[in-house]
Amino acid sequence: MTGHMKKIYIYTRYERSWHWLQVLLIAILLVTGFEVHGSFHLLGFEQAVTVHNFVGISWLIAFAFFVFWIFTTGEWKQYIPTTKKILAVARYYGFGIFKGEPHPVPKRKNAKHNPLQRLTYLGVAALLLPAQMLTGILYWSYNSWTEWGLDFLSLGILAIIHLAIAFAILLFLIIHIYMTTTGHTVFAHTKGMITGWEEVEEGDIVEEWEQKAK
Amino acid sequence: MNPLLYRQIATLAAAVFLLSVAIVTGALAEENSLAPGRQMADQATKGVPHWSTSDHSKFAVLDKEFASGAEITKACLSCHTEAADQFHQTIHWTWLSPYDDGDLYGKAGYSLNNFCVSANKMEDTSCNNCHVGWNGKKEGINCLLCHSRQDIKWKAEFEDYKFFKEMGDMEIAADIQRTINSAVRDIGLPGRKNCGNCHFYGGGGEAVKHGDLDASLINPQKTLDVHMGIDGEDFTCTRCHTTSFHRIAGRVYSTPAVTHRKSLVESDLVPKIMCESCHTATPHKSGHKANDHTDRVACQSCHIPTFARAHATKMWWDWSTAGKLKDGNPYQEKGEWDRPVYKSIKGDFRWEKNVVPEYFWYNGSLTTVTAKDAIDPTGEVWISKPNGTREDDNSRIFPFKVHRGKTPYDKVHNTMLTMLESEEVNGFWKTFDWQDSFKKGMEIMDLPYSGEYGFVDTAYVYPTTHMVAPKDHVVACNECHVTTDGRLASLTEFYMPGRDRLHLLDTGGWFLVLAALGGVFLHALGRFFAGVTRRKEN
Repeated sequence: MTGHMKKIYIYTRYERSWHWLQVLLIAILLVTGFEVHGSFHLLGFEQAVTVHNFVGISWLIAFAFFVFWIFTTGEWKQYIPTTKKILAVARYYGFGIFKGEPHPVPKRKNAKHNPLQRLTYLGVAALLLPAQMLTGILYWSYNSWTEWGLDFLSLGILAIIHLAIAFAILLFLIIHIYMTTTGHTVFAHTKGMITGWEEVEEGDIVEEWEQKAK
Repeated sequence: MNPLLYRQIATLAAAVFLLSVAIVTGALAEENSLAPGRQMADQATKGVPHWSTSDHSKFAVLDKEFASGAEITKACLSCHTEAADQFHQTIHWTWLSPYDDGDLYGKAGYSLNNFCVSANKMEDTSCNNCHVGWNGKKEGINCLLCHSRQDIKWKAEFEDYKFFKEMGDMEIAADIQRTINSAVRDIGLPGRKNCGNCHFYGGGGEAVKHGDLDASLINPQKTLDVHMGIDGEDFTCTRCHTTSFHRIAGRVYSTPAVTHRKSLVESDLVPKIMCESCHTATPHKSGHKANDHTDRVACQSCHIPTFARAHATKMWWDWSTAGKLKDGNPYQEKGEWDRPVYKSIKGDFRWEKNVVPEYFWYNGSLTTVTAKDAIDPTGEVWISKPNGTREDDNSRIFPFKVHRGKTPYDKVHNTMLTMLESEEVNGFWKTFDWQDSFKKGMEIMDLPYSGEYGFVDTAYVYPTTHMVAPKDHVVACNECHVTTDGRLASLTEFYMPGRDRLHLLDTGGWFLVLAALGGVFLHALGRFFAGVTRRKEN
């Protein structure tokens, strides 16, 4: 590693709790969801359905708090997508990382996410997860469709969409977990998400465009 | 670590602990309370025990010698003046469907099954053993079949009585008369045995026809039938099959399902007692997914996991092998459960126990083939088949016993054949002559017979509604919600979670997951070796 390391406080307590709570909820939802789908047997169909429904609704409620948090704190600006340096970041993960080059866009308090992360997280948090919640709640309320005038919906198609998104979330999870090992040590990013403090290289200036607007 | 962190962890742990305690306590409280459907049913059936102002053993009109059934009936009707008029209008008497004009449908009409096929307009005398009259319809109603609490063979007793009286053996005659008289004066509402003597023995023997009605229900345990179990609710048949003017509710062959899904609590005048009449349309605990199933899945589908749980029931009857003789004599062979597997008079049988029903969409009515209808002998002929579709809001998925077999048909006219069977009238069981039996049978029915017969594969359905199991024996979710060989595998017109899938999506999805895992693994390997190389160079 080049340069001097310094510790910065990057994730607030709420952000960390939310992150790990969501880890737990999504993990349970994936496992029980795929069991309900018939991919494997673990809890048994009935138990899997009960847990999946309960956790799904809990996730929805918790997500509402997250949405409130992200807009009231202005943290949403960290998710504004950009194409600047995106190729550099991609090149880094494709080549530079093997040569021990420094990350082109290191983490800062006001710029938690590199351009690739911004794009990915925005896609996940603004598209995949809400779509999964929407299809999930519709699936859950199947018996009320007639009452709600939603008879035009097809459970088969809804289930296919719900499953397709589940696969997408699972893919994200695999790559996301792997990416946490690409810090200056294997568990550096994980530790940062637990304590809030992360070691980053000193001296780099956060460029204006990267900063969360005040 | 700093003390603040410890305090945070302690607070969090306490919160988690309290939450778990609350959830577990709530779950336990829920577990101990009765489901709403049980509470409602308990209310609906919590009646006062039946009481009466009459004791038939004290009636002078019954304290006399009876030489024939007709004399008994006359005595009954001397007080119950309207009973005969009422009863003559019921299906129990007419053996004709009350829902159609004319004499097309019914045992006494042109209806068929793939058991004994037809009663040949009641000319096939063996069938009349189960008609509620003295000697078929000929000598009046036999009130005692349903209302005597004693079970005696009336026909035989009267024959014996006449015989010994004519022989002058008055002691034996008096003895028989005492038996008759005792049964005449022991009167009550029909018990399980009264109904069962016919309904448990239909089709020529015990447990032949219905898979869910056999002699095991005379004194059943709760595990066999939660309603009738003598160690439980101890219902008689008439607890659900309520009666007005001798018309008995609950026949399900021609009338569509009750569309207004009312419980007895809402209205005690519902025309048909169904599960929902007592248990309501949402009988399970609030929030239980099963409540969301009751609009499309009949209660019976889950609550009767298998039928014929105590006695084996007949599942296959092949008439084509009937008529084989040993040394010129008819014979029978017995198989498992001491049930006949071959009878010269009837052909081959197969019996099964603990049978998983077949499931169909069902609106409460059946389409049947009568002796007058043309059939297509190239495939399986469904002599009766449930009506209903997924699109019809009043259809539910319902369990059936399907009795299959090979049954005679006319190869030229493509109609089913009704052979005369009873020995008494020189039917097949006496002559073992197919041609003669078909000629006689079809002549009685006034239908043409070409002279060429064959045997066609047939199926006949019985709705399964008795033998409701205790709730811990209920069909589990994953017996239907399962990828292969589920109970509802044949009902493919809707998407069922856990059963159905788009294979392309599953294959593609898992391929991408593997590809991602492979990708990150290779990337990790690359980083590792690149790191090692770099360190060496340094």
